Amino acid sequence: MLQYIVKRLIYAVPVALAVSVICFSLVQIAPGDPLAVVLPADASQEIIDQTKARYGLDKPLVTQYFLWLGNALTGDFGISIATGRSVSAEIASAIGYSLGLAIFATLIALVVGLTFGLVAGYNIGKPIDKIASAVAISGVSVPSYWLGVVLVVIFSVHLGWLPAMGAGINEDAGLSERLSFMVLPSIALAAMPAGIVTRSVRALVADVLTKEFVNALRAKGLSEFQIFIHVTRNAAPTALTVIGVQLGYLMAGSILVETVFSWPGTGLLLNNAILTRDIPVLQGTTLVLALVFVLLNLVVDITQPLLDPRIKRT
Amino acid sequence: MNTPVLNVRDLVVEFKTEDGAVTAVNKVGIQLGQGEVLGLIGESGSGKSVTLRALLRLLPERKSSISGIVEVDGRNVLEMSDKELRAYRGGETSMIFQEPATAFDPVYTVGFQISESIRNHLGASRAEARARALELLKLVGIPSPETRLDNYPHEMSGGMRQRAMIALALASSPKLLLADEPTTALDATVQIQVILLLRELQRDLRMGVIFVTHDIGVAAEISDQVAVMYAGRIVENGKARDVLKTPHHPYTEGLLSSTVHGAKKGETIDAIPGMPPNLADMPPGCAFAPRCRYATEICHQEKPELETGANGRRVACFHALEVA
Repeated sequence: MLQYIVKRLIYAVPVALAVSVICFSLVQIAPGDPLAVVLPADASQEIIDQTKARYGLDKPLVTQYFLWLGNALTGDFGISIATGRSVSAEIASAIGYSLGLAIFATLIALVVGLTFGLVAGYNIGKPIDKIASAVAISGVSVPSYWLGVVLVVIFSVHLGWLPAMGAGINEDAGLSERLSFMVLPSIALAAMPAGIVTRSVRALVADVLTKEFVNALRAKGLSEFQIFIHVTRNAAPTALTVIGVQLGYLMAGSILVETVFSWPGTGLLLNNAILTRDIPVLQGTTLVLALVFVLLNLVVDITQPLLDPRIKRT
Repeated sequence: MNTPVLNVRDLVVEFKTEDGAVTAVNKVGIQLGQGEVLGLIGESGSGKSVTLRALLRLLPERKSSISGIVEVDGRNVLEMSDKELRAYRGGETSMIFQEPATAFDPVYTVGFQISESIRNHLGASRAEARARALELLKLVGIPSPETRLDNYPHEMSGGMRQRAMIALALASSPKLLLADEPTTALDATVQIQVILLLRELQRDLRMGVIFVTHDIGVAAEISDQVAVMYAGRIVENGKARDVLKTPHHPYTEGLLSSTVHGAKKGETIDAIPGMPPNLADMPPGCAFAPRCRYATEICHQEKPELETGANGRRVACFHALEVA
């Protein structure tokens, strides 16, 4: 097992390298001049050259890449062009917020998705299955930013129950107050993965229920609840994969939701970086998120054989 | 006959389909004494497996209905409450499935699955159940049972899995064992070992056994009495020796002559012509009449009843005496 983990971590290196090349070059291809934001329109050529030299933009692209990569390996992603702060510090503060939001949203998606999926899977073809499936499809189809705005209108503007934006960062905020800021963005973020989890759990449960061993379990006198445990255990490994992948998407894919709620995570950071052509921030954040994704997949792959003995990781 | 462990009368199983009800099992009657083995023979779709599952009420309740009387040890299974049914399933009556590969839950160890049944039925602790599971694995002749206890089903060979399945079925010393083609999925050599094992256990534990098979040779090997099913009905029933030596129903005769066992090269095998009837569209008379070489006018118009003759022999055929 340990050997497997080490092997997978080594495999992650070329993946990370490829990602870094893509991150680096994509940003170069994108139109717009990052210096236009920090420099006045009538800046002299001398000042432009100086600024370029300061950010290393005067060197050839390949050199720029290796310089960037070398620094990135030591955890230094350079300095934000827009704010002048260290990119690493920006990412470090943002990623905690994104991770918190993503985990909270995943928990919601998990509870809702498992409940709906199990109920639907056990009642395939009945009205309750059709309702659950319809809800699941709406969850997948509704744009998260739109849902976010609707939630804000209902729960913040009309009912005044929950804060509309921000993360309640002030020092004296208690845990429950901090959590209250997370509720709406988490729900907006959870809608899609909840729908996806519902649909996969439904299909998994329906499939397991057709298996002969369910009859065999009944034939040895187990109660329906005991059989339910068996069914859930059988559906768990695949459900885990689905959820793990969704958590990855939530980490990286929350740009819109974080922007709607002004949630100070990586999504908002990316959004601002895109708007200001802040290349170092873009490159650094994308790379870190890609690595998180790779790592999450690894965690899922390691956990799976613990749940399904037929899978061997060697 | 000694006290019957199983008494089935007028068992009817209907499946609800979109085109209405289909009768899969029609007025089946079975009498089985303690320690007796019944071989239930017939083609695929003749209702053997459905009959077996009906005895445990394993058919999906929404899509099927069972009527008649199924008495095991004097208690009517069809009238049991859910709680009684759970105690009965795997308690008085156990089942061995055709495919041991799919009949075990793949994500639990074999030991756990056997223990689970022991804990349920005997209220044993985990440790006690494990000890008993180990005994059972020894009983069915699994080598190095201590390690096998912690094996997952996929880590065992087909024959070993079927032995483990038998061990599971024996968990709470059932009086009646239902075996649904338990050797069909196994290699020929393993098949014989499993049959011999079942025969031996059945004698030692004095269990009544219903052994479903489409293999006449297997039925002859293990059965005391034989019942032949065709299109949901029992068409012939009697002592195994009598029925297999001198069949009185044309279908039994056809089955016996179409077996590949003992046929020599170049010898013609008399296959039964045609196909079994569609259960949703049964002929008005005898279901076998369209394929029967003895069939006359009456066979196409009336259904022959299962008549009891000498020696407890039962046949449903107007021409029973013509069939040698």
